[in-house]
Amino acid sequence: MNIQEYFELVWTDYTLRTITLGTAVLGAICGMLGSFAVLRKQSLLGDAISHAALPGIALAFLITGTKDSGILLLGALVSGLVGTFWIRGITSKTHLKSDTALGLILSIFFGFGMLLLTFIQKQPNANQAGLDKYLFGQAATLVESDVQLMIIVTGISLFVMLLFWKEFKILLFDADYTKTLGFNTKFIDVLITFLIVLAIVLGLQTVGVVLMSAILLAPAAAARQWTNSLGTMVLLAAVFGAFSGVFGTAISASQNNLSTGPVIVLVAGTFVLFSFIFSPKRGLLFREIRFRKNRTNLKLMKTLQFMYVIAQDHENISHPHAIRILNNFQGYTKGSLKKLENEGWIATHGQQWAMTPKGFKQAEEMYNQKTVNE
Amino acid sequence: MSNPQIEIQLIAALVAMACAIPGVFLVLRKMALISDAISHAILPGIVIGFFITQDLNSPLLILLAALTGVITVVLVEFIQKTGLVKEDTAIGLVFPVLFSIGVILIAKNANDVHLDIDAVLLGELAFAPFDRLMVRGTDWGPKSLWVMGSILLITISLLLLFFKELKVSTFDAGLSSAIGISPVIMHYGLMSISSITVVGAFDAVGAILVVALMIAPAATAYLLTEDLKKMIGLSLLFGVSSAISGYWLANILDASISGSIATTLGVLFLAVYLFAPKKGLISVLYRQKQQKIEVSLITFLLHLNRHEEESERHINHLQEHINWHEVRARTVLNLAEKNNLVEIKNNVVSLTEKGLTFTEKSLEYIINNKDEKIEPMKEDFFLFRG
Repeated sequence: MNIQEYFELVWTDYTLRTITLGTAVLGAICGMLGSFAVLRKQSLLGDAISHAALPGIALAFLITGTKDSGILLLGALVSGLVGTFWIRGITSKTHLKSDTALGLILSIFFGFGMLLLTFIQKQPNANQAGLDKYLFGQAATLVESDVQLMIIVTGISLFVMLLFWKEFKILLFDADYTKTLGFNTKFIDVLITFLIVLAIVLGLQTVGVVLMSAILLAPAAAARQWTNSLGTMVLLAAVFGAFSGVFGTAISASQNNLSTGPVIVLVAGTFVLFSFIFSPKRGLLFREIRFRKNRTNLKLMKTLQFMYVIAQDHENISHPHAIRILNNFQGYTKGSLKKLENEGWIATHGQQWAMTPKGFKQAEEMYNQKTVNE
Repeated sequence: MSNPQIEIQLIAALVAMACAIPGVFLVLRKMALISDAISHAILPGIVIGFFITQDLNSPLLILLAALTGVITVVLVEFIQKTGLVKEDTAIGLVFPVLFSIGVILIAKNANDVHLDIDAVLLGELAFAPFDRLMVRGTDWGPKSLWVMGSILLITISLLLLFFKELKVSTFDAGLSSAIGISPVIMHYGLMSISSITVVGAFDAVGAILVVALMIAPAATAYLLTEDLKKMIGLSLLFGVSSAISGYWLANILDASISGSIATTLGVLFLAVYLFAPKKGLISVLYRQKQQKIEVSLITFLLHLNRHEEESERHINHLQEHINWHEVRARTVLNLAEKNNLVEIKNNVVSLTEKGLTFTEKSLEYIINNKDEKIEPMKEDFFLFRG
């Protein structure tokens, strides 16, 4: 199946439609909530939580014996939350830093999860096959009820987000101020974190614990490059996330042997790379162009300043001088002379140049911020 | 104990030691998560190395994969320098992408590669003794034993050679460059060693559990000591003991060895986190409570000192005046009385001579912004602490 076929089939084929809808919704919710994670410098919390969710899945299976994804995800949610609050406990009550706390919880919980999974595998009543799909995720196992759950959770988090939009926003940018205004910062903080954990847990089945953090971060990091407004960023991140989901599914469905998770991550990564380079305001490409432009401009101004020093010595500022006296000056090239003339700051006659009153004024007020800003 | 059992424990102990040493410095340099990033990002390096060498234990593969680890660090630092995203986001973006590339490379070549993602991620220590180093027909023991042994040897000799340099560049990068020890070289040296260790160890314990072995012993040790040498020693001890007890736990449960090593590390950390004498949760909470009461006590004494008039010092008035709950007010009053700082006559509280000296000294320290001197002074005055 090639990509074209995929897009024709997606409307008619039940499985494809379910999976595509699932990954799109997942991408959207992760992009939306990931924006908060990225701005709150909690990017790696996603990584830690997704790993920390593994023992919850295993324990939920051990206790209930079912593989109903709702129950397993509930287990994941509980153990993800335990991990999150333990991380907070470590960073607030000891001198260990957040990176240590994150790495510690991530690896220990994951190790414990692996212990439980291998333990389960050795049990005789084994209908345990398929638990390991939570490691790397299998979008192919999504069924309609999973997607319904995703849509419901997305709807709820969207509702909560809109309800607490003002609180989320102010906490994000000035936590101390929020506190002085009398908001319950602890509650808002826990609410955002809870929503992020929820989004991560939701994605485990589709992309797995290892790559989950990228789905959370990448759309948000890409969206950040295009805007400085929180609302736009959240919206853009949701769109990027949804597109990554759809394209990722399309590409992995059209090839053999490609699991969906890694492909979605790579598509999202491409979005990030593109945004890093081509975003007009922050992007590396335009930044480099602006940088060069500024440098030539600076050279031009240096030349003008040099001319100004010469012209100052004469009563008539427009007294002509030979071009060759500029030869020893670094900023001078034929091109820059031409540019200066085009600006109307100097006039050239053959081998001579003369400053115009306009150029004189410009040079005189070069260090005066006021004129520059005008 | 059978021969393979001893060998497995030996490998586990070697891996734990080799991880613990760079782990200490990563934790101290607040770069613990770099180990997580490296451990995931080396996957494409391992896969490509495996295409070339066809041997998971070949030194070339280890070098190639370790190079990928260093490239990851450079890439993360490059993205950080552009300032487009925050530092943690840069880490979080780079390694999943590299890991995904590795997964896809394996998936696309699944037929001709005997390399399993589960194995890379989780490792299987139980199989390590089967891959043996044969030289001219003689059995020299498991290959990974030799690989980890040499990595550990290199790590230890580098540690001994550059201990002073590592120490100064870890704690004071500015001083370090001022006295001619380049923090940059130390940084990349540490990154290279971490990379090599992760690559060497992933085969035995898997990519994620390498992180546990690097961070957990160091973090646990950091809660117990602030001396670098002791911290390294304790990390080695914790790493090795968890590795060996983890092995036996796995034996009992018939489960993954690496998983149970990580679990043991977790239990150990939890115990230290709760019960460490100075930095543990319980002693921190206890100390916070004590501080709270003692600060209240000082406030109370200052109040008494200020007011000569009896009405302000009446026992019933205090509660409403300083606005404390009844329980707190009583605790503070009891503490003050137990320490002979105040005396109560006819329901009027007044400072004793000792209380007056203490209050005036405290006041002086507070006015001169030397609050830190109050704490040692308490030792002299208090018979009972809050």
